[in-house]
Amino acid sequence: MKLRSVLIATAVALPLLALFLRGLGMDPRYIPPAIPGQPAPPFELERMAYDPEAEPSEPTSVRLDDYLGHVVVVNFWASWCIPCRQEHPALVAAAERYRDQGVVFFGILYQDQVRNARRWLAEMGGEAYPTLLDPGSRTAIDYGLTGVPETVIIDRDGIVSYKRNGVVTLDLLVREIEAALARSEEAA
Amino acid sequence: MISTLGFGTLAIAFALSIYGIIAVAVGLRRRRPEFVRSAEMVAYVNFGLLTLANLAMVYALVTHDFSVSYVAQVGSRSTPLFFTVISLWSALEGSILFWGWVLAAYTAAAVYLHRDRPGPLVPCANATLLVIGAFFYMLLIGPANPFGRVWPVPLDGPGPNPLLQNHLLMAVHPPLLYLGYVGMSVPFAFAVGALLSGELDDGWIRMTRRWTIAAWSFLSLAIVAGMWWAYEVLGWGGYWGWDPVENASFMPWLTATAFLHSVMVQERRDMLKVWNLGLIVSTFLLTILGTFLTRSGIVSSVHAFAQGTIGYYFLGFIAIGLIASLALLAGRGEALRSEGALDAVASRETVFLVNNLLLTAFTFTVLLGTLFPIVAEAVRGVKVSVGAPFFNRMTVPLCVALLFLIGVGPALPWRRATADQLRRGLVPPAAAAVLVAGLSVVFGVRAFYTVLAFAFGAFALVANVNEFVTGVRARRRAHGEGVLTALARLVRSNPRRYGGYTAHLGVIAMAIGIAASSTFKEERQATLRVGERLAVPGGFELRFDELWAAEEPRRFVVGADVTVFREGREAGQLAPRLNYYRGTDQPLTTPAVRSRPKQDLYVTLMAFDERDGSSATFLVLVEPLVIWIWIGGGIIGLGAVIALLPRRRRRDATLGPASARFATSGAGEVAG
Amino acid sequence: MRLGIIVLALLVFGAPASAESRAGTAGARIVAVPEAAMQGGEAQAQGAQVVTPSAAELELEQRTREVASQLRCPVCQGVSIEDSPTDLARDMRNVIRDQLAAGRSPEEVKAYFISKYGEWVLLEPEPRGFNLAVYVLPILALAGGTGLVAASVRRWVRQGNEEPQP
Repeated sequence: MKLRSVLIATAVALPLLALFLRGLGMDPRYIPPAIPGQPAPPFELERMAYDPEAEPSEPTSVRLDDYLGHVVVVNFWASWCIPCRQEHPALVAAAERYRDQGVVFFGILYQDQVRNARRWLAEMGGEAYPTLLDPGSRTAIDYGLTGVPETVIIDRDGIVSYKRNGVVTLDLLVREIEAALARSEEAA
Repeated sequence: MISTLGFGTLAIAFALSIYGIIAVAVGLRRRRPEFVRSAEMVAYVNFGLLTLANLAMVYALVTHDFSVSYVAQVGSRSTPLFFTVISLWSALEGSILFWGWVLAAYTAAAVYLHRDRPGPLVPCANATLLVIGAFFYMLLIGPANPFGRVWPVPLDGPGPNPLLQNHLLMAVHPPLLYLGYVGMSVPFAFAVGALLSGELDDGWIRMTRRWTIAAWSFLSLAIVAGMWWAYEVLGWGGYWGWDPVENASFMPWLTATAFLHSVMVQERRDMLKVWNLGLIVSTFLLTILGTFLTRSGIVSSVHAFAQGTIGYYFLGFIAIGLIASLALLAGRGEALRSEGALDAVASRETVFLVNNLLLTAFTFTVLLGTLFPIVAEAVRGVKVSVGAPFFNRMTVPLCVALLFLIGVGPALPWRRATADQLRRGLVPPAAAAVLVAGLSVVFGVRAFYTVLAFAFGAFALVANVNEFVTGVRARRRAHGEGVLTALARLVRSNPRRYGGYTAHLGVIAMAIGIAASSTFKEERQATLRVGERLAVPGGFELRFDELWAAEEPRRFVVGADVTVFREGREAGQLAPRLNYYRGTDQPLTTPAVRSRPKQDLYVTLMAFDERDGSSATFLVLVEPLVIWIWIGGGIIGLGAVIALLPRRRRRDATLGPASARFATSGAGEVAG
Repeated sequence: MRLGIIVLALLVFGAPASAESRAGTAGARIVAVPEAAMQGGEAQAQGAQVVTPSAAELELEQRTREVASQLRCPVCQGVSIEDSPTDLARDMRNVIRDQLAAGRSPEEVKAYFISKYGEWVLLEPEPRGFNLAVYVLPILALAGGTGLVAASVRRWVRQGNEEPQP
């Protein structure tokens, strides 16, 4: 084989091979979130009664608009979702840590049944923050849900500052909540 | 023990392949025929080794030997024996092991059948096949090792993917696909052998003609089997989604089809040599690309196997294959150029050239669409999707044009078509086309391409059937034979031609089935209470009778009994089901399909009332002419079988002197 | 005999066209009986046990299907919302249906999904900017190839006629 032929062949083949090489480094299944930067879609959802026996003392429905001025963290989850188990302690810890600074946490149940959710929460140590019900997944779709778990952080002005399609860690939550708090303070 | 045995045989096969490649190189360069002979032995020994490795794996699967890593991955005590055996190819490592066996078998057969042919062509082809083999055996002892050891030994395994246990066609589709994919390695190897040895006439084409037809037919059947499986299992009544891996099996089929036709021009006019070499090289590289796409995780697909580093290995192999092939072609440029000459524009040669063009453009379009998401993300950083709407929009015109060509090709003779021949060949099909187009519009068909599809389908049908009719008529006039005898003898006198026409008929049937079922599909979805009926177009009514459940070793099944009424009278029972496999929360549907020549009635159980089973949601589809897609696939297979038949010694002088070439090339084909 | 072939072709191709497309417009129709309607006993209100949809429902379903076929199911692999059996796809179809029923145009509904999921959710890339390449290149290739084939055929026929006939 003449060297010249090999060089021509390599030059012709190179773009295609480079493309494949680049492609191997990318993950086709990961869809980057589209809503960060947009105003958070409003919702008004029924709050799940964790203890069916107890009297419903708090408001039975939750409206996002009522929390303007607070940093809000919304976590979409389901009892059949295994990674949700992994991340739940991180969410609980973050909720504890930032409660004093007025950061509000909500869990939105996705494609699941109330009795399963209650049992799951009981296994995980009780309800650390309110669980909201989303029949028909309207809110989930409004937030561009591609699967569970997904976590959305909304800053004090009601803008989506961060969305994670996948599991969150405590470090990640801390970093993004701090960023949301800082951003709102700058504006204030 | 199985692990050691399996791994050992594969390691030896790899080492022997390396030896064989070197032996051919040294043997040819230094004129030492014993080295070349020893490389032949390598081919035979490797076949034995790979057979042993595959049998060892099947044995491990059947005896549930979970100390073997692949068995631990896909085996399960609760899987029925049949599905346990076919789980050999249900996951990545096993599928490559099976691929290795098919490759070793083809290599041994190719070497054996051509063992007496002198010259460097066959040894070079052998060396090429050994290079391909070395790559796959290397994968098997490296990143895709199915014989790894598992410790501690688990008691049971997860079983194969439920999607692969749901239907018998899953037993058939992968082996057919591999037989097709790997089969293309043989003509490719001979093409490379021709380029390396300098024997650039059509010897390599004639030697591998049968292989190419066989591999092509396996690939065709594999694609149709895959379509049929998707239709019967996935629940939405579709059979082709332009999924990247579907495209990966379709693209080499397109280039192989172009190749099968284009080599006829080379044989007659000594033209298109570079083009034909390019087509077979593309076919082979596209088969490797297909494997790469499935196994690298580079595109998201229903077919995708696990990811990992194996993508890089395939990329390396593609790089070497692509660069080496291009370099060989560039290097032999002078020898391959030939002064082409045609007798007339109106000739079968021209039709084949247009055929090449359309099929190549088709392949390019599908390739671009499949890879574009990667390109767009690399360039723009944004993810885009290229799905069914794009592919349908861009390829339907090409399909319709090809359908037209299927009618023109047989109608035009080689070399030059006189005005009289044009008239006799094209006017009756054209009349049929116009008539069918008119009828379609009269009966309410408005979609432009559907009318064209029907019209050109009629055109091609009449043209191809006409070939049989005129041939039979000529024989009857000459010999007074009965119709069936004349037909049989006609086909046997030129199996390649009439096998080809038969395959055309199969393609036409598929095209019509696809056009009708996609354009006239009727869909109804409703939630029914027990006893309620749903009215569906076509005069059907379905009555939901009962919801039932059954426990099976590996799954929990919920089914609905549905009675079908046609024009008010009972016409059968259907039982669509939902299968809940252990470990997955989304159930797999088994739709119930009532297939008739005129239409399929397709019922999927979507949901049911979990409390008391008093209501259920059904999706009902009425799809006309779907069964002709599968029948068409079978006819294509039949055509390929006919084309592979040896030519019957002709005892009469009915055929003219122009066919003398056919006779000589036929005799040389006996050895394959 | 030729007439027979033509009649045969007519029968094969004429039959399905006649039986299946009486109403005229080619294309699939769907009826999904909305769950709310089922709960409300629409079927019971009809008295009979046969479920049949109304013309308005048919039309809405047709439009829903058209939009849903162009959007990609986020939890599946390359399947449209229309074809996907998953619950999320079903819910998304409901969203489409409600938005269409509320008077939004198909473009607006698609824009809504793009704002939530990104360009990725469209099954066919918008023919804008770089995306044009995937539409234009195949056409260019075909056009270029056709020119090449035509020129080659002409050259080869000329050469064939210049050669001395055997």
